[in-house]
Amino acid sequence: MAGHTKKTLAEKVWEDHLVRKGEDGQPDLLYIDLHLIHEVTSPQAFEGLRMADRPLRRVDLTIATEDHNTPTIDIDKPIAEPTSRKQIQTLRNNCEEYGVRIHSLGDAEQGIVHVVGPQLGLTQPGLTVVCGDSHTSTHGAFGALAMGIGTSEVEHVMATQTLPLNPFKTMAINVEGTLKPGVTSKDIILAVIAKISTGGGQGYVLEYRGSAIRSLSMEARMTICNMSIEAGARAGMIAPDQTTFDYLKDKPHAPQGEDWDAAVEYWTSLKTDDDAVFDAEVNLDADTLEPFVTWGTNPGQGVSLSQSVPAPEDFQDENDQAACQRALTYMDLVPGTPMKDIRVDTVFLGSCTNSRVEDLRIAADIIRGRKKDPNIRFMVVPGSARVRLEAEAEGLDKVFTDFGGEWRFAGCSMCLGMNPDQLAPGERCASTSNRNFEGRQGKGGRTHLVSPVVAAATAVRGTLSSPSDLDPLPTAAAATEPASNAA
Amino acid sequence: MEPIITHTGIGVPLRQSNVDTDTIIPAVYLKRITRTGFEDALFSAWRKDPEFILNKEPFSRGSVLVAGRDFGTGSSREHAVWALKDYGFRVVLSSRFADIFRGNSGKQGLLAAEVAQEDIEQIWKILENHPGTEITVDLESRTVTCDTLVAPFTIDDYTRWRLMEGLDDIGLTLRHEEDITAYESTRPSWKPRTLPART
Repeated sequence: MAGHTKKTLAEKVWEDHLVRKGEDGQPDLLYIDLHLIHEVTSPQAFEGLRMADRPLRRVDLTIATEDHNTPTIDIDKPIAEPTSRKQIQTLRNNCEEYGVRIHSLGDAEQGIVHVVGPQLGLTQPGLTVVCGDSHTSTHGAFGALAMGIGTSEVEHVMATQTLPLNPFKTMAINVEGTLKPGVTSKDIILAVIAKISTGGGQGYVLEYRGSAIRSLSMEARMTICNMSIEAGARAGMIAPDQTTFDYLKDKPHAPQGEDWDAAVEYWTSLKTDDDAVFDAEVNLDADTLEPFVTWGTNPGQGVSLSQSVPAPEDFQDENDQAACQRALTYMDLVPGTPMKDIRVDTVFLGSCTNSRVEDLRIAADIIRGRKKDPNIRFMVVPGSARVRLEAEAEGLDKVFTDFGGEWRFAGCSMCLGMNPDQLAPGERCASTSNRNFEGRQGKGGRTHLVSPVVAAATAVRGTLSSPSDLDPLPTAAAATEPASNAA
Repeated sequence: MEPIITHTGIGVPLRQSNVDTDTIIPAVYLKRITRTGFEDALFSAWRKDPEFILNKEPFSRGSVLVAGRDFGTGSSREHAVWALKDYGFRVVLSSRFADIFRGNSGKQGLLAAEVAQEDIEQIWKILENHPGTEITVDLESRTVTCDTLVAPFTIDDYTRWRLMEGLDDIGLTLRHEEDITAYESTRPSWKPRTLPART
């Protein structure tokens, strides 16, 4: 960062939160504006606080919800799994003891922590946001510096409302052009990760820029920033603009009246100066981008949907070749197989990457009036109870259930299978989530990361597909005939 | 936290890049509310394979893990560090660590030492040809010694100092509490607060 006369967005937010500049190689001490907590990475932090007899410094900058362990059916009954039940009860007890606001199962604001923050208007431009969850990068879509942290850091933030952090390098991800129909922000980020690899962003804060990014909605921007961590980056950001302000206006915790005007004035200053220099730049052409899917066991192992499964010899690096071979074995794929020929068992529409109401609308628009492939299990898990209510108000739940899908309650669900929503060994899934690691969605499960568009088309056809692969919709007259092939 | 200045122990070659934290400890083990007792969870899927390196002697007694590039990617779960430590590892060597994992390691006294990939390859060969070879990692000189190979490693100064002193991060920060209070007095009033709750 030193030597820059003009500043990037990330550097501006960093400097505005400096409590103390580090001396002699020590990290800077940064103030944290918003701390999101959930049941999995907080119990040991609360325990540490209790053992050291320290107070939680700013309960008014802290908020909790239950998401990783929560069931997505029968939420009115006690949680069946004893360890999940205990972990959630522990969070409730800790929040009560320390006075932390919590949105529990059954509450309209309960849901995936990264969906809850934005929908309440707590996530705002220029904030520092942390959570004991790597997908905290999601909140960077608002121009916040948002980072996933470990449990020791959760305890540190609870005790001090600060974090000691080493300055990051900055990387511009320039995406110029116009996305083709059926191509989404998920495809942008999957293509970026394939390009720079899972370690390519290591040490960097990414800033997504360019005309294709500017034209995205807030929800689509969140999808991109969400997966910054899959490129190894500590955070991903998008400069706030009118789209951001329009999204925030009138959200429950958005500033009001004169405060709104003061906030917008500050937020408007949060952009990278024209003559600022990034430590690295990556360019991606939106015009030529196609739906992107993964074939392997890390998010960087992806190709365009129209391409085929690669072979180890397609890679130069010896380690990449070995990784490819291992992934092919785990995924049970043969090199040269067209991606569109890969048949899946389950389609999962959900996760902090793609479970917002816009994602559900996109998928519903594709399946409306169609029949699900009879062999596919199609699970739809809204990101929050609020999203579920919004979707139901629009009748989207009916579209999914008429199609043959399962309409579930909110949570992280099958993204990581901490609740009963898991893949069986060998089961293959097209998933709108963020990680295709071995065993991530269930022991032995095989994951292909896809956009909501590809997820929906795949649920119709049974193999990885885009809407252009689907037969034209039946005419209105044909649609009213009794379905004869409902197996 | 126990200070660590030098450590010597059996090296374990893990010839695998992109070892993510889901692999180090699957999500099913994250439901515990304690900070210890995760040794059974470490690499639990891989340990079902009798050929996995930790199922072989003398590697099961190893304390220095020598891994491929991009170790500890993915989820922020500090449980990955707890599991490695509970199993008995004190040091992990890799040519590149994921940021969050490296940060978590520093907090828990697990030394994540960055070593050039060519040195990692050399160490792998030594450990495979002579199982049981001990590796010495020295924070003072920032070197890794394995048989005749002596290689430098990188670690940031602050983490090194804290590891060598065995210092608690929170205690260090609270020495600057006046600075925190001063900063708080300058925060704009329109910044969001979670309380009182608005929905």
